Amino acid sequence: MKIPTPKIPPAEWEEFKDLQEWVKHRQERIDGDQTSETFAALADRLEHFPGGWLMVASTDKLFNWARKSSIWPVTFGLACCAIEMMATFASRFDVERFGMVPWASPRHADLMIVSGTVTIKMAPMLKRIYEQMADPKWCISMGSCANSGGPFRHGYHVVKGVDRVVPVDVYVPGCPPTPESLMFGILKLQERVGEFQRTGHRSAPAPAPD
Amino acid sequence: MPPTLETALTAVRERFGVEPAGEDPKRPVDARHLVVSVPVERWVELAGFARDTLGCLYFCHLTAVDWKAEGLDVVCRVENLEAGLGLTMKTRIPPDAPCPSLTGLYRGALWMERECFDLFGIAFTGHPDLRRLLLPEDWEGHPLRKDYAVDTPHPPYR
Repeated sequence: MKIPTPKIPPAEWEEFKDLQEWVKHRQERIDGDQTSETFAALADRLEHFPGGWLMVASTDKLFNWARKSSIWPVTFGLACCAIEMMATFASRFDVERFGMVPWASPRHADLMIVSGTVTIKMAPMLKRIYEQMADPKWCISMGSCANSGGPFRHGYHVVKGVDRVVPVDVYVPGCPPTPESLMFGILKLQERVGEFQRTGHRSAPAPAPD
Repeated sequence: MPPTLETALTAVRERFGVEPAGEDPKRPVDARHLVVSVPVERWVELAGFARDTLGCLYFCHLTAVDWKAEGLDVVCRVENLEAGLGLTMKTRIPPDAPCPSLTGLYRGALWMERECFDLFGIAFTGHPDLRRLLLPEDWEGHPLRKDYAVDTPHPPYR
């Protein structure tokens, strides 16, 4: 009996030579993947209708409140940082009060917490899982290794920062970061999600407080 | 009858004509840390001798040491767990020279030699499946060699 082998289509990243090319492609895809033109025209009309901005703004607020109150992270533990991440998910530092449910499927997740060392061999899998997540999606880089390569930066096999593979929203420093640090990063991310605009574009970063 | 330290030393001297050393030259030779160096032609013979005569059935590890222009040391450790006897086998090969494989004698050498090929680039003749074990298959170079440039770019991530 011949065992059937599943046919897996090639991943999107295989077509690109370097990260800049991929980022360009991704930006084009995001720009082309916006809400339909009819909807955009309708929203535009509504916004310029007298008093219409009230409705648009409050809908924005409502949607962003809903988004930031139920961020589901996909569990992506790579190294010792994953232990701290599990501690954060566990009962003592209960993140379920923020509406976070650690989920083992990228299709249902909004957030990827990259906790640990990303090797060159692992980077394509990480990128593939990130691309399997539905938009809008966010990424937290947790720990020195994911931020910059950390103590393994001068090794032959480590990606010098996960931001060379996927776009990162919040960097959490530490080796490994304590659960409190990760929770602070998650709260920072919630602030950022609160600024998310109706069109799906990321809002401009908030000006730094003086 | 399990070999003792004396019988093992005598057998190595008679068969290979070399004096087994200890791990530390300042201390007397210990049965757990015998070190035997042979030329590469007698490498497989030494492994067979260790397995059959000394009863070292436990294949501990196999690795290599890069001495740049002087060549590479292939280092292998086998143990006789009943007798408490440990044997470290060493051989010196020139750079980029092949080394005979121990897979015919020890099953455990299969992945160890694949790893050694992966990281040091030693071609083991007679190995049935000499592919990369740890690094990606399209990797260029062998990173534990002293002449490997650590900053070798690996697109698209570096």
